[in-house]
Amino acid sequence: MNFDFSDEQKQMRDEARKFLTEQCPPKAVREVLDGKAPYDKALWKGLAEMGFLGVAIPEEFGGAGAGHLELCVIAEEMGRANAPVPFSSTVYLAAEALLLAGSEAQKQKWLRKIASGEAIGTLALFEGKGNPSPKAIKLQASGGTLTGVKKPVPDGAIADFAVVAARTGSTGRDSDISLFLVDLKTGGVEAKSLTNVDPTRGQAELTFNNAKAEPLGAAGDGWSILTQVLDRAAVLLAFEQVGGSDRALEMGRDYALDRIAFGRPIGSFQAVKHMLADMYVSATLARSNCYYGAWALSTNAAELPEAAAAARISATQAFQHCSKNNIQVHGGMGFTWEFDCHMYYRRANATALTLGSLSYWEDQLIDRMRKKNAA
Amino acid sequence: MNFDDTPQEAAFRAEARAWIQANAPKQYEEELRKSSLGRTVLKGANILEVAKAWQKKKADAGWACLHWPKEYGGRGASPIERVIWQQEEGPFGKLSGMFIIGHGMCGPTMMAFAGEEQKRKCLPPLASGEKIWCQLFSEPAGGSDVAGLRTRAERRGDEWIINGQKIWTSGAHYSDYGILLTRTDPTVPKHKGLTMFFLDMKSPGVEVRPIKQASGQSDFNEVYFTDVVIPDSQRLGAVNDGWNVSLTTLMNERMSIGAGVATGFPELFEFCNNLMLGDGPAIEDRSVRSKLANYAVKASGLRYTSMRAISALSKGERPGPENSIGKLVAGSMVQEVAMYALDLQGAAGVLSGPDDAEVAGKFQAMLLRAPGTRVEGGTDEIMRNIIAERVLGLPGDIRVDKDVPFNQIPTKGR
Amino acid sequence: MNFDDTPQEAEFRATARKWIDANAPKQYEAELSKSSLGRIRLEKEEIVDVGKAWQKKKAEGGWACLHWPKEYGGRGASPIEKVIWQQEEGVYGKLTQPFQIGEGMCGPTVMAFGSEEHKRHYLPKLASGEHIWCQLFSEPAGGSDVAGLRTRAEKNGDNWIVNGQKIWTSGAHYSDYGLLITRTDPNVPKHKGLTMFFLDMKSKGVEIRPIKQANGMQEFNEVYFTDVVIPDSQRLGAVGDGWNVSLTTLMNERMSIGSRLATGFPEMFEFCSNLMTDDGLAIDDPATRSKLASWAVKASGLKYTSYRAISSLSKGERPGPENSIGKLVSGSMLQDIATYAMDLQGAAGVLTGADEEAVHGQFQQMLLSSPSMRIAGGTDEILRNIIAERVLGLPGDIRVDKDVPFNKIPTKGR
Repeated sequence: MNFDFSDEQKQMRDEARKFLTEQCPPKAVREVLDGKAPYDKALWKGLAEMGFLGVAIPEEFGGAGAGHLELCVIAEEMGRANAPVPFSSTVYLAAEALLLAGSEAQKQKWLRKIASGEAIGTLALFEGKGNPSPKAIKLQASGGTLTGVKKPVPDGAIADFAVVAARTGSTGRDSDISLFLVDLKTGGVEAKSLTNVDPTRGQAELTFNNAKAEPLGAAGDGWSILTQVLDRAAVLLAFEQVGGSDRALEMGRDYALDRIAFGRPIGSFQAVKHMLADMYVSATLARSNCYYGAWALSTNAAELPEAAAAARISATQAFQHCSKNNIQVHGGMGFTWEFDCHMYYRRANATALTLGSLSYWEDQLIDRMRKKNAA
Repeated sequence: MNFDDTPQEAAFRAEARAWIQANAPKQYEEELRKSSLGRTVLKGANILEVAKAWQKKKADAGWACLHWPKEYGGRGASPIERVIWQQEEGPFGKLSGMFIIGHGMCGPTMMAFAGEEQKRKCLPPLASGEKIWCQLFSEPAGGSDVAGLRTRAERRGDEWIINGQKIWTSGAHYSDYGILLTRTDPTVPKHKGLTMFFLDMKSPGVEVRPIKQASGQSDFNEVYFTDVVIPDSQRLGAVNDGWNVSLTTLMNERMSIGAGVATGFPELFEFCNNLMLGDGPAIEDRSVRSKLANYAVKASGLRYTSMRAISALSKGERPGPENSIGKLVAGSMVQEVAMYALDLQGAAGVLSGPDDAEVAGKFQAMLLRAPGTRVEGGTDEIMRNIIAERVLGLPGDIRVDKDVPFNQIPTKGR
Repeated sequence: MNFDDTPQEAEFRATARKWIDANAPKQYEAELSKSSLGRIRLEKEEIVDVGKAWQKKKAEGGWACLHWPKEYGGRGASPIEKVIWQQEEGVYGKLTQPFQIGEGMCGPTVMAFGSEEHKRHYLPKLASGEHIWCQLFSEPAGGSDVAGLRTRAEKNGDNWIVNGQKIWTSGAHYSDYGLLITRTDPNVPKHKGLTMFFLDMKSKGVEIRPIKQANGMQEFNEVYFTDVVIPDSQRLGAVGDGWNVSLTTLMNERMSIGSRLATGFPEMFEFCSNLMTDDGLAIDDPATRSKLASWAVKASGLKYTSYRAISSLSKGERPGPENSIGKLVSGSMLQDIATYAMDLQGAAGVLTGADEEAVHGQFQQMLLSSPSMRIAGGTDEILRNIIAERVLGLPGDIRVDKDVPFNKIPTKGR
């Protein structure tokens, strides 16, 4: 059994951590948090130069041609650093959709630009409140153009292109949905930034008004492709969440060792110790579930749907738990803007909802386990 | 990343599988598979006899205590081979229940501290199951605080005279030997006045009384010592060095990798798949699904945590500290799972008879046994301390009894 | 058992209701009813200005600080009358927020330790809202451990010279006076070298800087003291006796009966009753119902716990310790509710814009503010200690700094 990352992959993780420690310190995250920039452009460029943006993109499309295990390793570091860049929307959502369903020409055009850092991509799926569901997609496609409104779209205001889920039928079946690729810079799409709980990651409303669009994948395959994209993104985002959980736990641990109250480090009080031990437990359960998700993703195993949902749930819970109790360990100082604790709290609660809520994934997990059981 | 065996591991697995296929007591397989939590019981047979026969067979063919040296009854196998064996042994491994303490705790302590002659004499029959061993550490006065124990050992020539009481001793009534931690000097701080021995459980003055647990079962005993004589040759480690000796034993208790901890999840999942509620199958109810999903990711989290440890063993590395979360997570999870399963049965959830209750009262039994799981072998609170201190590096609790002579430590809170 | 007023209570209630009906600033009623969590804001007016006007009116009508003696600006009312007043004042009670610390903490401390002259001079203006008071206890080095504070006061003739820094001071920027605890002797154990003063917040050398909180708001301040001069006549209690004086203040902080704690439940229930999800109304979903039910009983449990306390007051008895659970329960409940309300909104739950979602980002704000509810005025951990120690009678944490001179206590953990 080799249920671990290889030495080369671990080396890549160390490189990514070193790079992000230098290029993405909390100070850099705050530039975006405080609204001084929509995302960290210099970091984005650096990530491209390091080859991280195209790590899972084949060489023929300009990527590094490594694989998804390598991408998982990078994702964890991105979460740890709370990186304020459109990594998840571009790499987990847009690039994965292209890899799964793009034509040769589409891949040549967009994957190359993603890997080089020239293009930011996203997935325009949601239309207001609710979770992923073919029923909720109302945006209409007709004659190669799209009309309708999508929100929230992650990084929608800075994206160069979007993969858009649109309605192409009205039979009430999943096959009513098709995917389209829209170059957001060619007109017909209006983007409006929306405020959200995590200002270090943008959210937007995209209004499509007869916007030119080309099909991505076969007509009627949209929902089935989306399901696969969401599963893959769930694993990758879960690694970000695990990275964030670990960092929040470390911050709490360090503060508990340094801070003195009643003449002792607060980490010597059981109330605080046990809180940190419980954070470690959540983070460890999440990490192990994520490893299984990584295996399923990298081997394209039949277990992926179940593994992805488990990783997603476990990592969402761990990150919410660790980030909120990190503030608690820090006490009043943890509730100041000046301390970094709230940046993880914000990120944890925002990533909990990207790709659909915790309740949605709970439901999905049991559905999938039940199907497997019946089979 | 993969779940495949290396060629050597595959060869070992094939050999183990073939031998088990040819030799295991298949007539009990079904029954063993079903019994998942709490005590394993066989209907038409005495489990102790069946278990002893299987252990003997394993020992004769070189499959007992695999990781022990050959000269002490083992096979000299690697840690990963031991894990593979456990995986292959499957439900028949449940027959080893009564040997776990001997093999996991008493054996390693003997191996580390007994004389060569004693090791050659005592360890092979322990490995083969001919002799069963128990561990006599806990006392009414020392639970989580093991070193707070009061059983006295007083030197008389070449012998020691033991008086006192132990508690929570699993299997004392069918054990042949025990390892025994005693206080030999009450005038020094508590960790410094302890000494370890092993003794024949049939010695005069040893009295074993079963404890009726809150669940109604009796898995444990009290053991009383009245002027029990132990030769000094059966001392393990130096006089007053018993605390260090006991750490060897306790470390082994908490480091059992690959032994999957019961979480109750598979049982609950199956139950919810089959249970009809007023509105349809339980598993179609959103609130049931939400709970199931939460338990599912805990159970899978534990499973893959243990696989990460196995993977480290496979690479010849020392597993990380992750495995320490197992008992803490599983303990309260079993309790919650049981409570929820009863809840799903409505008012009838109170019924526990095998004929009246759903799935033969399995969850009712689980509910009543669960509080014990969160206490034995280290309470939830001690497990959290261990994680906080050994894994996260936080300071230990402040010990007010550390440098105080044992006989001056208060014995009552008020 | 009943919820009825006694005849006297009913009469008092009728008088209060009539007066409020005739005098309350009704133009703000709707706005005040809506603002439920976090800081209260009025669209067109400063809350402090509107609050001062209302407080002044109440004082003139004899309805300010009801339970205070008349000579200090109160009404000499009984505790139950105070509760009845709060019930009747209803949403307008939210206008008293800027005065709460003065009325609940500073006032009682001055009443207990100030000279008669001071009391007659300062308390009526405090009661009528003309002067706002703040409390200067917390410091960067002393949060939960209040007595760990380091702000120095050194005697200089008839004056004291104060240097240091306070933090988490609500309303310092609009306060006229402050209650200040200082260290006057660092050579004795920490609780023994403290002295309490009150001071004019406009004194030379007092500098106030707002703190930006994690939720982006600014409700608290840091206050810096550089050679601030306080006359000895403004000392409260003996030199070195500040800790005992501060206990009076803190006791008052944690004993506010009848003032409802926000749990988030009413908002959540309303939200779920109206929210359409993909599968219908949220409140029809069993998973949502199960969560709502758990929160409903917590909210009602708190409500009726407070009724029990009110009932004791009505009978002229001292309320039991039950009320101490309030903040502990409601703090994490707010956080859980906010998280789940966002979950129910799906991916759009991240959006915070006022016009984005039906409930104006209410739950998103609640999520971001809720961590402070588990910290401010006593962390969850301190509150559990208080319940364990003062209610259940368990021993206190071991204090390693108790008999150590303050300047010998370590200031860094590593």
